[in-house]
Amino acid sequence: MSKLAPTPGQTVGPFYGYALPFNKDNELLAPGSPGSIRLQGTVYDGSGTAIPDAILEIWQPDSEGNIVQRTGSLVRDGYTFTGWGRGSVGNSGVYTFTTVNPGPTAPGAAAFISVAVFARGLMNRLFTRVYLPENEEALANDPLLSSLDPERRKTLIARRDPDGGLTWDIRLQGGDETVFLDFQQDGSLDINTENQA
Amino acid sequence: MPHEQTAQALESEELVPPAEPHAAHQAKKVETQADLSAEIKGIGDRYAEALKNGKGPETMPRLDYAPYRSSILRHPTKSLHHADPETIELYSPTFGHQDVHALESDLTIQHNGEPQGERIIVAGRVLDGDGRPVAGQLVEIWQANASGRYIHKRDQHPAPLDPNFTGVGRCITGDDGSYSFTTIKPGAYPWKNHLNAWRPAHIHFSMFGSEFTQRIVTQMYFPGDQLFPLDPIYQSIVDQDARDRLVAQYDHELTSPEWALGYKWDIILTGSKRTWTENEAYGDAGDEE
Repeated sequence: MSKLAPTPGQTVGPFYGYALPFNKDNELLAPGSPGSIRLQGTVYDGSGTAIPDAILEIWQPDSEGNIVQRTGSLVRDGYTFTGWGRGSVGNSGVYTFTTVNPGPTAPGAAAFISVAVFARGLMNRLFTRVYLPENEEALANDPLLSSLDPERRKTLIARRDPDGGLTWDIRLQGGDETVFLDFQQDGSLDINTENQA
Repeated sequence: MPHEQTAQALESEELVPPAEPHAAHQAKKVETQADLSAEIKGIGDRYAEALKNGKGPETMPRLDYAPYRSSILRHPTKSLHHADPETIELYSPTFGHQDVHALESDLTIQHNGEPQGERIIVAGRVLDGDGRPVAGQLVEIWQANASGRYIHKRDQHPAPLDPNFTGVGRCITGDDGSYSFTTIKPGAYPWKNHLNAWRPAHIHFSMFGSEFTQRIVTQMYFPGDQLFPLDPIYQSIVDQDARDRLVAQYDHELTSPEWALGYKWDIILTGSKRTWTENEAYGDAGDEE
């Protein structure tokens, strides 16, 4: 239980582009290396328009399901998998990561990647998850997914591409809005308070 | 790198500062500060009323805050889904001195000459919601120069660039959660949210906690800024106490004689959910060993 009041977040704004990106930020592994896959998708606003100024972070276990605690994300040596990456969308709203399929962190658990979303016009970062599509039994038993309506649940499950990669779009708003997560179940108020009592 | 292509492609069509392609001002009516201030006040008054009626204080910005026009199509309309953080979410990526050079915390020595402006030191501690120091973690900052100009290609504000100032810094927190940057006090800058919109001077901060759920990007402000009541981004935090947590304090103890003025700002992350072992509670100094 949290005792001190947290510092509020603020939008990442429009000018992070010369500060947050770094060389190989979105390459958790070198493209083309054994076991590497592409995770890609598009970030959309509430009018269905792809937005050109979002930046994402992914944080995931390795392919065996181990949580990696190794330095070197900012200065990648090409061999060390750190589990964390950062990717800016391009002008067409598309982001790309080179990574591995995350392994389940416990036997039978659904494998997922944790995602943080930042954008100009987005007041505070949003958390979400992207799940691998294959293990249907694990997905059905997942505590988060099983607490969602089927329509909403599918916003968190990637599509497997013919080349072995993953495609997963993010919709900040609208009927097929991505499920975003609130981890602070400690009596703090819902973030969108004005309209939702 | 993707952001360079983006800037290139956008340059021709967006000659205005902080490009706001979906901003409502591009419709017929020109919105003034008075229009925006009335909206901001309306939301503030309703919040004050709710507080009076016993509602608990809000600690975070409203995601749905229409006075910041670019947020209108970019905020979720469904409630955030309450979830228990699991496995990977209860850990944070690890950074160390392999990732960040010690000199990256001084933004005034990145070029051949001295940058223009008022040299300052911004320092404080990163703590979790229980007051535990967040040791060995990454802090990143970026900011405008002294005249209110970002080096970013999309910033076309006709204020001078400073060839001796990029405005980007990084550091790794110490064992006590401490960070310190030497930089230049940024200027206020105009943007296109509405007519005569100006952002209060600020430094963007990005921090990691001990758990990925504590990840935060925010902005630090300077005390006494006259633009606070006018700024939809600062005011998106409707609670005054919460807003105040983004304002650094002038600290004469931090001021370096005949060199730089000191500002102190501590960052409190959201509470941690993991059960801590005693060793972890004493912090992880990154890859020092």
